[in-house]
Amino acid sequence: MSKYKDVLFEPIFKNNPIALQILGLCSALAVTTKMETVLVMSLAVILVTAFSNFSVSLIRNYIPSSIRIVVEMTIIASLVIIADQFIKAFAYDISKQLSIFVGLIITNCIILGRAEAFALKNPPGISFVDGIGNGIGYSLVLIIVGFFRELVGSGKLVGMTILPLHTEGGWYVPNGLFLLSPSAFILIGFIIWALRTWKPEQVEEE
Amino acid sequence: MSDDSIGKTLGVALAVCIVCSVLVSTAAVKLSSIQEHNKKVDKIKNILQAGALYQDGMDVVKTYEEKIEPVMIDLETGEQVAEDIFNEELSIETFDIKTISEHAEYSVRISQKNDIAGIKRRPKYMVIYFVKTAGEIEKIIFPIYGKGLWSTLYGFVAISNDFKTVEGLTFYEHGETPGLGGEVDNPKWKASWKGKQAFDKNYELILTVLKGAVDPSKPGAEHQIDGLAGSTITTRGVDNLVKYWLQDQGYGAFLAKLRSGGTNEQI
Repeated sequence: MSKYKDVLFEPIFKNNPIALQILGLCSALAVTTKMETVLVMSLAVILVTAFSNFSVSLIRNYIPSSIRIVVEMTIIASLVIIADQFIKAFAYDISKQLSIFVGLIITNCIILGRAEAFALKNPPGISFVDGIGNGIGYSLVLIIVGFFRELVGSGKLVGMTILPLHTEGGWYVPNGLFLLSPSAFILIGFIIWALRTWKPEQVEEE
Repeated sequence: MSDDSIGKTLGVALAVCIVCSVLVSTAAVKLSSIQEHNKKVDKIKNILQAGALYQDGMDVVKTYEEKIEPVMIDLETGEQVAEDIFNEELSIETFDIKTISEHAEYSVRISQKNDIAGIKRRPKYMVIYFVKTAGEIEKIIFPIYGKGLWSTLYGFVAISNDFKTVEGLTFYEHGETPGLGGEVDNPKWKASWKGKQAFDKNYELILTVLKGAVDPSKPGAEHQIDGLAGSTITTRGVDNLVKYWLQDQGYGAFLAKLRSGGTNEQI
């Protein structure tokens, strides 16, 4: 059982896909202006990573190595389309804000990376757990970034006003920089810094 | 490497494709009715918002059916379009600005000089919405769209039955910078449109979106709107698209007809 636990929790701090593997940055910049979109995006990525790992692992002994990547991409793309259809049906407002970025989960390097590096070599059960772990690792960084961007940039959290804006009669002057993509770079930089101060073994050798 | 024989490779590829396509198409077909419903409700909600009829938690479809009467008009003549020319591609129910404005037959190219809204082509026909109380027109809601900084903004503007006063404005689709141009969604800014005089006593358009804030003590404040801070180009885009649609190129002919006592149908 401890093996499953390791696989689940390792990607969260020890081998975080965004902070250590530096994968999946573009979507982390694009969808993190609001917590609401972050949460839906995170859920979609966790499910897609888990199920793509599971499916790839299920047929890993049958996939000819010459079309390995094509097969993996087909599975991932199908799962992403299904996720997109569900979001459109059950969270229409959020799907409008996420727009193209749900489709772009396909190109999120984390998913193909895990299918290649883990699912092809391990049985389905543990691959599924690995997918969930990596999805959570990705989500955690997104949630931290989204938290600060929404709070500092628009004075809100999950759409609820925390700091009343001066344009709406309050006192808080929002920092517009936090609504633009570069702020996510800065925040991710801080997260990586904090993580490597806490776990110095993550620092690459010069 | 028996794994890589051509037969097996093709077989695996085929099997994966079939399984995936069945899954994708099942999801798409099963969920499409919910998605269509969502789209319709979203559009209705925006129409109601523009007409200041929307409240949280209300039954939007019911209110829409009670209060709103959609009508298709010919932009050039200002006449209402008779139902007998409707077909599969052109009808009030299925009317979609994006599809129609690319349809060869139902749209026209706008010359560059006139294209202040930056939309290149416009539909020949538009569906507009009357808000009626006891059979009397109370407000008219017009779809409007045009280019901002990054994206085309789609929205509605409502004009009251004196043909001068703005009753409301809303955008239901845009991709402007959140927090800057994206503030076209800001409820406070949208509310600032209500009660502004769009037309003067000769029905010339005088509404302008300023760069910066309106000084209420100066004359003319009643037809000026605050620009959005930090988004010059979005503000200019909104100004242009409102001007485009409320003048001759857009609903000018229809408004003139309506003022002079109605279109070809009794309203």
